[in-house]
Amino acid sequence: MRSYVIAITLLLALMLQIMPMPIALHQYRPDWVFMALAYWTLALPNRVNVGVALINGLVLDILLGTTLGVHSFALSATVFVLAANYQRFRNYSVWQQAFIIGTLSAFYHLLVFWLQHLLTDIYFIFTYLWPVVTTMALWPWIFMLLRKLRRQTQVS
Amino acid sequence: MNSFFNTGHNATHRLILALIISGILMFADHRLDSFGTIRTYLNSLVSPLQYVANIPSGMLNWSAQRLASQQQLLSENTLLKNENLLMRESVQQFETLKVENDRLRTLLGSPLQEGRRKMVAELMAVDNNPYSHQVIIDKGTSDGVFEGQPVLDANGIVGQVLHVAATTSRILLITDITHAVPVRVARNNVRLVASGSGELGDLAIHHMPHNTDLREGDLLISSGLGEVFPAGYPLAVVSTIIKDEGRPFATVNAAPIALLDRLKYLLLLWPTEHDERLKEVVKELKEDS
Repeated sequence: MRSYVIAITLLLALMLQIMPMPIALHQYRPDWVFMALAYWTLALPNRVNVGVALINGLVLDILLGTTLGVHSFALSATVFVLAANYQRFRNYSVWQQAFIIGTLSAFYHLLVFWLQHLLTDIYFIFTYLWPVVTTMALWPWIFMLLRKLRRQTQVS
Repeated sequence: MNSFFNTGHNATHRLILALIISGILMFADHRLDSFGTIRTYLNSLVSPLQYVANIPSGMLNWSAQRLASQQQLLSENTLLKNENLLMRESVQQFETLKVENDRLRTLLGSPLQEGRRKMVAELMAVDNNPYSHQVIIDKGTSDGVFEGQPVLDANGIVGQVLHVAATTSRILLITDITHAVPVRVARNNVRLVASGSGELGDLAIHHMPHNTDLREGDLLISSGLGEVFPAGYPLAVVSTIIKDEGRPFATVNAAPIALLDRLKYLLLLWPTEHDERLKEVVKELKEDS
C-alpha cells in the first residue's frame, strides 16, 4: 500500500525536471525523472515498471513540448533494462550502480536524440551529454534518500 | 511478493507494447499532426505542474525586489525618467509622421494602417529541452491567444505561438531549427528567408546568390509575406557573409535583435482587419491555382 509516496516522488521529479534554471546551469540538469523511476524499478519492480515509465514519459513530452512519444519511448526502453536485471543490479555497490545508471542515462539521451533526429534536422553537440555526468554523481545520494524514504514510510 | 522470478518475461511484453504505443503516438503527432485540440487539453492538464515548478524562481524574484536598496531604486528611477523623456520626444515625431503617412496613403488610395491589439505576457519557463528553443508564457486561450500568433519583445521579433493551453502557451523562438521568417533588408527591400540555426544567438540565411546586395550590419525586418508576422518589425542584423565562389550560395548569418536569452516581458500581437482580408485573398489565390 501507500503507493502515493511513489506518485509524490515522481511528481517532484517531474517538477525538478521543468523548473526554470539560469542558462549557465541549464545544460547540467540531471535526469530527475529517470533517477526516480530507476530507484522505484529496482526497489519495487512489481509496482513501478515499464508502464509507469511510459506514462511519465508522455507527461514529460507534454511538459517539454516534444513530439508525443519521444520521451516515453526512451524512458520505457531504459527502464526495461533495469526491470529485467533488477536482481543482479541490487547486488552491486552504490558506486557501481552509479556507473550503470550513467551508462543508461547516456543511452536514454542518445535514444531521445536519435528519435528527434529522425523527426527534425538537429545536430549533435557534446553538451547534450552533460546530464549523464550529473546524473551519475547524484545517483548515490538520490538512492540513499529514496531508500530512507521508502523504509520510513514502509512502502512495499 | 508472489512474482519473484517471472518478471522478466512479463516486462518484455510490456516493453514491446510501450514501444508500439510510443511509435504510434510519434507517427500520429508528427506525421499526421492529429493532436491539435487534444494537445490544448493535455497542456491545460499539466499547467498546474508548471505553475508549481515556477514558484521557487518567483519567490527569488520577489525577494530580490524586496531587497533592492534605495540607492539602486533611485538610480533606476532616473534612468527610466531619462528614457521616458527620449521616448516621448520620438512619440511626438511619430504622431505627426503617422498623420502625414495616413494622408499620403489616402491620396494614393491604399488602405490605412490600423493600430493592432496588443497584450503583455510574462515569461513562465524556459524549456530545458536542448533540441528545440521554446518558452512558456502566462497567457492562454482564455486571453484569446491562438496558434501561430506573433510574439515580440521590446527590441524585435521573438517567435510565434506553437501550442496553447487554457492559461499558458508555448512559444517557438525564431532560432529554433524548424522555424523560418520571411524578411526583407531594410536598406534595399531585398527579400530573404531567415531560418533558425538551433543556436540562440544565430540565424542562418540559406539560398542567397552571390550577387545579392547584402552587407554586414544590414537590418532585416519582417516582410509580412508568411502571413504570420506583420510587416516592418525588426528581426536581426547581418553578422557574417562568406562568399565562397566554389559554393552555389553565399553563407550568411544574422544575429537576432530580440534578447532571446534574457526574455522577461513579451508582447502578443493580434491581426488587424487588413491582415485578415489579406489572408483571405491569399487563400483564394491558392485555391485558384
